[in-house]
Amino acid sequence: MTAVVKVPPSLDEAGFEQVLQQVADLPEDAKMLLDARHTKWASPYGLGALLTLGQARDHARPTFAVPESDETLSYWNRSNFFYYASDLYDLKGVVPRKSPAGDSQVLLPITPVTKSEDVHEVVGHIQQKAQQIIATELGIDPKAIVGFAMTLSEVCQNIIEHAGRGGWVMVQTYDWRKRLGRRVVVIAVCDAGVGFRGSLDTAGHRAPTDRWDDGAALEAAVMRGVSRFRDPGRGQGLAGVRKYIARWQGKLSVRSGTARIAIVPDWDDDAPLLENLPRFPGAQIQVTIPERAKR
Amino acid sequence: MTNHIDLGSVLRQTLAAHLYSNLVTRPTGRAVRSEIERQLDSVPTAERALAIIDFSQVSMIDFSCADEVIAKLVMNRSAHPTLESYFVFRGMNDDHWDAIETVLERHGLALVVEREGGGVELVGVLADRERRAWEGVKRRGRTLPADLAGELGEPEDDIGETLDRMWKRRLIMRFGDAYMPVGELA
Repeated sequence: MTAVVKVPPSLDEAGFEQVLQQVADLPEDAKMLLDARHTKWASPYGLGALLTLGQARDHARPTFAVPESDETLSYWNRSNFFYYASDLYDLKGVVPRKSPAGDSQVLLPITPVTKSEDVHEVVGHIQQKAQQIIATELGIDPKAIVGFAMTLSEVCQNIIEHAGRGGWVMVQTYDWRKRLGRRVVVIAVCDAGVGFRGSLDTAGHRAPTDRWDDGAALEAAVMRGVSRFRDPGRGQGLAGVRKYIARWQGKLSVRSGTARIAIVPDWDDDAPLLENLPRFPGAQIQVTIPERAKR
Repeated sequence: MTNHIDLGSVLRQTLAAHLYSNLVTRPTGRAVRSEIERQLDSVPTAERALAIIDFSQVSMIDFSCADEVIAKLVMNRSAHPTLESYFVFRGMNDDHWDAIETVLERHGLALVVEREGGGVELVGVLADRERRAWEGVKRRGRTLPADLAGELGEPEDDIGETLDRMWKRRLIMRFGDAYMPVGELA
């Protein structure tokens, strides 16, 4: 018996929660068909999270029914999604051949992160494209570009330093007219590793309260800079990311285990902390920087 | 003895690649710091050594790398039991500063920085009296605590303690009873 899991037409953070709701009760070795035939759009987070889901379901290789829309197929292909998905899923449907040229409008297509050198590649790639897309097209202050690359570096390093297995990063700009009425640039970093609580647990880093769960672990790591390492220099990466997003009115959200924490700017009404979500391994991070508001 | 250490070159040697000009990731920072320390230790020195750490060829530095390359380097060498290691940081710009400022604040550190037009200044975590003392030492070039206390109109004991603390932080040099700015020898 194969469980069919429907991927919603719009796959962003909220859309992926709908996927996880359906997956949550399935045994690890259950056969699963992920049905994305009617999916029209996916954010970098959505695409990265789908790969992470495939990675997490490695007890029984799942099947993935690809989108039917030519436009969606083309974009997912140019984002390298199928290239990596084919390692994790049995792809069903018409999968386009890999486009060698890539997409000049994709700031950073899906890129695996497993080692320090990968972060160098990612940061180098972004620096080449950032001036054109971030500064010129989005009108974001050129001073924000270096901080953007630093932020990207630090969130990618979260995989290397803590996840215990590889993950993926993607960076893209898109119109966020519905919620914000502006364009945004988004970094999504997803892995299916040990997660924040698992990482802090390795150092016996329990909070001095009875409450120790995924939400508490996220609060400790993201808001207070607690790290599994005793080194007092640790934990500065996410602190730096927080500082950066505060300066540029950005948003940070981190999902791990059964919780999700967010630093929410004025332009958004997201919940700062969500708990009792469907359990999902690893950490999924999204950073959103909005286009400068027109005066 | 003054060592000039070009971080861009060290980075390329460390990564065995010529494509990278970014100081990013903690493993990279750790490797770069180890190479700097190896270079410092390979030069026969007397009891004092001065190193110019040159950022001119570094495009950006992230928080993790700044912690390894700057904070740990400065803290490790300040604690060296026999060798007084002094650093002047050259070629730092606004693109480097966010990460560096963050780690200096985290560890309560300060650095001697050479500015583009020449001249040196202190950046980082400093008490008001330390700032006044630094400016005074810079003006005077080489000074005794009593002379500086007289100029600043502050108690000699307080100024003496301040200068001694700054020497232990390797922000100024001490020769016998006198103190002088690190940058004077750069």
